[in-house]
Amino acid sequence: MPEPLIRAHHLVKKFGDFTAVAGIDVEVQPGEAFGFLGPNGAGKSSTMRMISCVSKPTDGTLRIFGLDPVTDGPKIRARIGVVPQLDTLDTELSVQENLWIYGRFFDLSRAECRRRTTELLEFAQLTERAESVVDDLSGGMKRRLSIARSLINEPSLLLLDEPTTGLDPQARHVLWDRLYRLKQQGVTLVLTTHYMDEAEQLCDRLVVMDQGRIVAEGSPRSLIEQYATREVLELRFSAGTNDQFADRLHGLGSRQEALPDRVLVYADDGEAALQEVHHRGMQPESALVRRASLEDVFLLLTGRSLAD
Amino acid sequence: MSAGVLRIFPPEMVVRRPHRMIERHIAVYRRQWLIVVSGFFEPLFYLLSMRAGLGSLVGAVSVGGKQVPYDAFVAPALMAASAMNGAIFDSTGNVLHRLKYARIYDAALATPMGPADVAMGEIGWALIRGQIYAIGFLAVMAALGLTNSWWCLMALPICALIGLCFASIGFAGTTFMRGWSDMDIVNTLMMPLFLFSATFFPIAAYGSWAWVVQISPLYHGVALVRAANEGVWSAGLVGHTLFLVALSVAALVLAARRVDTLLRK
Repeated sequence: MPEPLIRAHHLVKKFGDFTAVAGIDVEVQPGEAFGFLGPNGAGKSSTMRMISCVSKPTDGTLRIFGLDPVTDGPKIRARIGVVPQLDTLDTELSVQENLWIYGRFFDLSRAECRRRTTELLEFAQLTERAESVVDDLSGGMKRRLSIARSLINEPSLLLLDEPTTGLDPQARHVLWDRLYRLKQQGVTLVLTTHYMDEAEQLCDRLVVMDQGRIVAEGSPRSLIEQYATREVLELRFSAGTNDQFADRLHGLGSRQEALPDRVLVYADDGEAALQEVHHRGMQPESALVRRASLEDVFLLLTGRSLAD
Repeated sequence: MSAGVLRIFPPEMVVRRPHRMIERHIAVYRRQWLIVVSGFFEPLFYLLSMRAGLGSLVGAVSVGGKQVPYDAFVAPALMAASAMNGAIFDSTGNVLHRLKYARIYDAALATPMGPADVAMGEIGWALIRGQIYAIGFLAVMAALGLTNSWWCLMALPICALIGLCFASIGFAGTTFMRGWSDMDIVNTLMMPLFLFSATFFPIAAYGSWAWVVQISPLYHGVALVRAANEGVWSAGLVGHTLFLVALSVAALVLAARRVDTLLRK
């Protein structure tokens, strides 16, 4: 097996008394699309900051390209691209200046910066906006520019922290398409997200994080198969009565979860479970059978939904 | 590398490419050169008003045993002050904006650039800006016949040192600011510094309070520029130079460390 691109062993990050990352083990192989999934505060961003060599691990070992971030930070950063959670685009520069000034930070020659800027504007579908001021761009365009900027040094590892948070559905799909192309070109992607669909779309493999720990690891499909049932029956009862119905659903499917707004019944055959609900004389206001998703995996693993 | 070596020479604290930061600023100010130019006028207006008004009332002042007219006494001090202003303006408000709001440094630190590159680059840029004002000011002094000899050119490297000192202090201080309201502190400190650094009257006039004046970095800068303009050199100037150099180095190290603590948590 080749040397993993990222190897973390018992990685810990503390801020004073607060433990953000509580000893995680992660390996990412070249060419993989790897995801950290979890709610806000799970320790995803702290992990990403350690990997991007801008935050020192409190304990444990971390190797990127086989190098130690503490002694070889600049060398590692020269080979990675970072898309931060909040855009750090330079609002005093135009779109194209953002790209080529950033290239200069990597000591690229002016000619090389110009060549790559033209290519990346094309890739980010921003060629027409080359001269624009950053503030005039839409949210989706800014995100694409952030990604383009992170690619100026032709990184073999791209780190994306919540790449599509705050974007409308169409902008998200455009972005996913661009990331998918990068993956096809052999760029290793590591991303954090709290969107299930994003993790399912983009990640070959992911870890679910909760309170600084890894609670599960695998491909999106294997996680769903391992931790959830094939189907989920979603029931809505009239407001405020979900709890009392939860009792009457007992024994249905393999498990039931009462959420504030609905009750979930995990069952391999959702339709059969629904018939049983009617058979027991309950009349939900609405009922829906759907396939299990990573959201369910998270709920079953932690007892909380990702939105919390 | 052993832990001890890492503590003394942290790899991130090596200065490798501070000029990249300056390149970024040149790209920005190519469009905003008017803002840069405007900073030159304040000390110039002071000089003209001193020359026209006070100069005729005050008469001659002694510099290193030499009698010089009042406007020739004040002009080097205003030149030192313009180098200070240029350096401070850039290393406080602009740095605060880039540090806390525009997050320019966060972006830079995701590249091979380190905290020392960022700090040195910013201070270097502020120094350049101070130097531009100093050159402009010296040209005006020459045109007004306020320069005495070719020694006055030595005022330029001296102003670079003044700029370095104030830019480093300004940058280091700004890293402690909580927000824009703290900028008022800068203005509050600059005014007395400008007025009471033996700028407008000789240090002898301060009597038993002279020691307070000697704490002011601007005082040491003014003494050096004045000596250069008159071409009157003495051993005491070594002390002024060392004071500014020591302060600059201390503030520079603090500045780089602060960037590391703030942005590389």
